[in-house]
Amino acid sequence: MKIAVPSPGRTLESSIDGRFGRAAGFIVYNTEDGSFTLADNGQNMNAGQGAGVQAAQNIAATGADVVIAPSFGPKAFQVLKAAGVKMVFSIVGTVKENIESFIAGKLKETDNANVEGHW
Amino acid sequence: MRIAVASGKGGTGKTTVAVALTLASQEPAVYADCDVEEPNGSIFLRPEVDRVEKVLVEVPEIDESKCNACGDCARFCQFNALVSFNTPPLVFSDLCHSCGGCELVCPTGAISWKKVPVGEISFGTSNGGRISVIQGKLDVGGSLAPPVIRQVKAQLTDDVFTVVDSPPGTSCPVIESLGEADYVLLVTEATPFGLHDLKLAVETVRELGTPFSVVINRFDEGDSGVEDYCASEKIHIMVRIPHRREMAEAYSRGGNLFDAIPEMLDVFRNIPVTIEKGVEV
Repeated sequence: MKIAVPSPGRTLESSIDGRFGRAAGFIVYNTEDGSFTLADNGQNMNAGQGAGVQAAQNIAATGADVVIAPSFGPKAFQVLKAAGVKMVFSIVGTVKENIESFIAGKLKETDNANVEGHW
Repeated sequence: MRIAVASGKGGTGKTTVAVALTLASQEPAVYADCDVEEPNGSIFLRPEVDRVEKVLVEVPEIDESKCNACGDCARFCQFNALVSFNTPPLVFSDLCHSCGGCELVCPTGAISWKKVPVGEISFGTSNGGRISVIQGKLDVGGSLAPPVIRQVKAQLTDDVFTVVDSPPGTSCPVIESLGEADYVLLVTEATPFGLHDLKLAVETVRELGTPFSVVINRFDEGDSGVEDYCASEKIHIMVRIPHRREMAEAYSRGGNLFDAIPEMLDVFRNIPVTIEKGVEV
């Protein structure tokens, strides 16, 4: 299983990014072998509109099964749902802490967009 | 003559200047509010509105019985308005720029167009009918100002003195507002922020090739950065508006510049004359 987490950093010890669509990038962790890759999201940091839609497509392109983030806007939610990516609310902490909490079943899955666009 | 009033930075006094320029005209005049995200000229001109029309844009509609889920439309769309995972596309119509490209690339003719409202234009008159006020207003939550601005501009004619109140910034809505203007007044303030954004606005107007000059609002407080910049760039300073408490008081009551600083009236009457003659730096 692949788990995507938005982060401004490049390691599992990096903090989670407070934003989804405009995160600097995503860390995509593979639970099979504990490896991870970085997916750039830089083109969306300054996008006028549609950052959430593009970021959600970027996530889908990584083959992630799950994305852990603090919030999901309405458009990103629709795209991730259409792509079959499970959305889970993060906790404050590092990428690693979020992945461990998810695997331990401590994080809550969402079936609703929880913030308005342009949040 | 059509004069567009613009600025880089918001809150420098665009509307104050645009309203004053309109009021100072002794001929019939048109005030076109193209600051469609927050049109506020009407607060000061108080027009009687006699007509409102909707602004409609076309967005794609997918016939899923014809769609073969190839995803070409979504790959073509540069605005993320269409998204496909080898499925009939999701449509985010508020991101659509109505370019028509998705229909062109669709191999099965599954895309047609429907009209959706994005804003409205109101028509009114003030000052006993001497001033026509045309105001564009983008719907709350809407993200595409240019179609609303285009529809305001479509109402304008060349035979009447027209003032266009533009949005702040230097992006698409501003470019749309400044198009076809004969002259641009860039309103700024004597602060580092004012100067920073003035430079961006000057770059923009130079790119458009429209003659322009600068209005410095609250020129007598702040620093000399704007004056120094205009001198070194050989940009004419058309008007310097002083900082007065009376102006803030008048503004807060919906009053205009001349209510607060009556001696500015002659200065503003002179602006179109100066523009006609051609500005000497």
